[in-house]
Amino acid sequence: MKPQELLYAKTHEWVHVDRDSGGQKLATVGISHFAVEALTDLVYIELPEVGRHVKAGESFGEVESVKAVSDLYSPVAGEIVDVNGSLTLKLDLLHDDPYAAGWIVKIKISDESGLKNLLDYKTYEKQCAEEGH
Amino acid sequence: MTSLLAQTPLHAWHAAHGGRMVDFAGWSMPVQYASIVAEHNATRTAVGLFDVSHMGRIRFDGPGSEAFLDSLVTRRVAGMKPGQIRYALMTNDEGGILDDVLVYHLHDKHRAAYYLLVVNASNRQKIWGWLDAHRPGADLELRDATVDTAMIAVQGPRALEIVRPYTALDPSTLRYYTGAETEMGGTPGILSRTGYTGEDGCELILPAEAALELWEKLFAAAEPRGGKAAGLGARDTLRLEAGMPLYGHELSEDINPYQAGLGYAVDLDHRAFPGRDALVKLRDDENLPRRAGWELAGKRVPREGYAVLRDGRAVGRVTSGTFSPSLGKPIAMGYVPAELTAPGSEVAIDIRGSHEPATTVKLPFYRRPQ
Repeated sequence: MKPQELLYAKTHEWVHVDRDSGGQKLATVGISHFAVEALTDLVYIELPEVGRHVKAGESFGEVESVKAVSDLYSPVAGEIVDVNGSLTLKLDLLHDDPYAAGWIVKIKISDESGLKNLLDYKTYEKQCAEEGH
Repeated sequence: MTSLLAQTPLHAWHAAHGGRMVDFAGWSMPVQYASIVAEHNATRTAVGLFDVSHMGRIRFDGPGSEAFLDSLVTRRVAGMKPGQIRYALMTNDEGGILDDVLVYHLHDKHRAAYYLLVVNASNRQKIWGWLDAHRPGADLELRDATVDTAMIAVQGPRALEIVRPYTALDPSTLRYYTGAETEMGGTPGILSRTGYTGEDGCELILPAEAALELWEKLFAAAEPRGGKAAGLGARDTLRLEAGMPLYGHELSEDINPYQAGLGYAVDLDHRAFPGRDALVKLRDDENLPRRAGWELAGKRVPREGYAVLRDGRAVGRVTSGTFSPSLGKPIAMGYVPAELTAPGSEVAIDIRGSHEPATTVKLPFYRRPQ
């Protein structure tokens, strides 16, 4: 996935919205390259259970670096239908391939209203530039 | 806001080399350049260069200096030989730790004796005030040399070979915890065999205006040998692995030296200093919490303030924790009842609601290969 085609939460999660085989909207969620660069030295990720229901803005897991721990927030409301278990063995994927192999969860969207709060790439990039200062 | 922070003479270099600048005790300091782990590992395997100019440096001149310092720190200053450096504490009247310090006994180029006190950046004003309050009657001059000088720590197995070409005095001729005035990069400075990483190495104090040129030379020598400039993040993981306490975390005015495991840095016999009489009583007080170290089998990292549990009940608190790059596991230090500090004692640490098993280990966590 190209970062330019994704949506972003202010808390640095990216979202790709697709449809599953049943035609229902499915969100793939990860964290941005900017976020991974800011965290550095990742040591641990806590992934949620499949089947858990999350609200938009709710913490569904955490990512820990040498320096600090950060919550992962769900950008959308829905049911977690898949988690990327390979991250627990190969956390480097978050850094090396954040927008593809480094995806974190897939969420079957139950309420689309959260999507309108997400930022497009340009707006998100601007936010990062401001945070970088 | 950032303009209100003090800057070291190397500030522009840090910023130009990707240093992530943070506020540390009122100073704008690099927490890391690229990766804390890479900087940590470079220091363990080759050499790390640290700008520690934020540390307070207070100079004592005059015939009363020795007696004055001796009357304020927990170890004997009287009788220290020229060139000797001593780790000591300053305590308040109740025996609480005001700061942990290094006392340097030095000779200037005219062979006149003087002393230097290196204090934590966060305590510089407090210690200056404490010295000033105790000074009346003492025949000495006090000078805060912090902003006029820079301080560079060169740490790691290749530290001495990096420094050697740039100092008139060969650093390998200095024993551990000794120092001397010598030429460095063409100006007079102080070279000492000291550090805060658990590695061999040395520290250099030199005029602020000469610091950048020497730093750049050291960096140019370090880089091809696998060395790196290292920030406060790596300084913290290194000192934690080495089991060294940090003021504001393991040390505070509410903790006495014995609780902190620093009894070796307190000499009570035939001495008079603030807190001395209180410490005589506190020395064997087993009712106060003591410092301990823990290793964890999981990956989640204990952080400052987390509760330490025994049989599900909170018995203490974490004061520092990190993921140890050298050991590949989480480590932490904190305070618990004395009976739980024995190596092998099993406790749990409440990591955001999850009770993670932790094993008490003897400090330091990491010892360099001899």
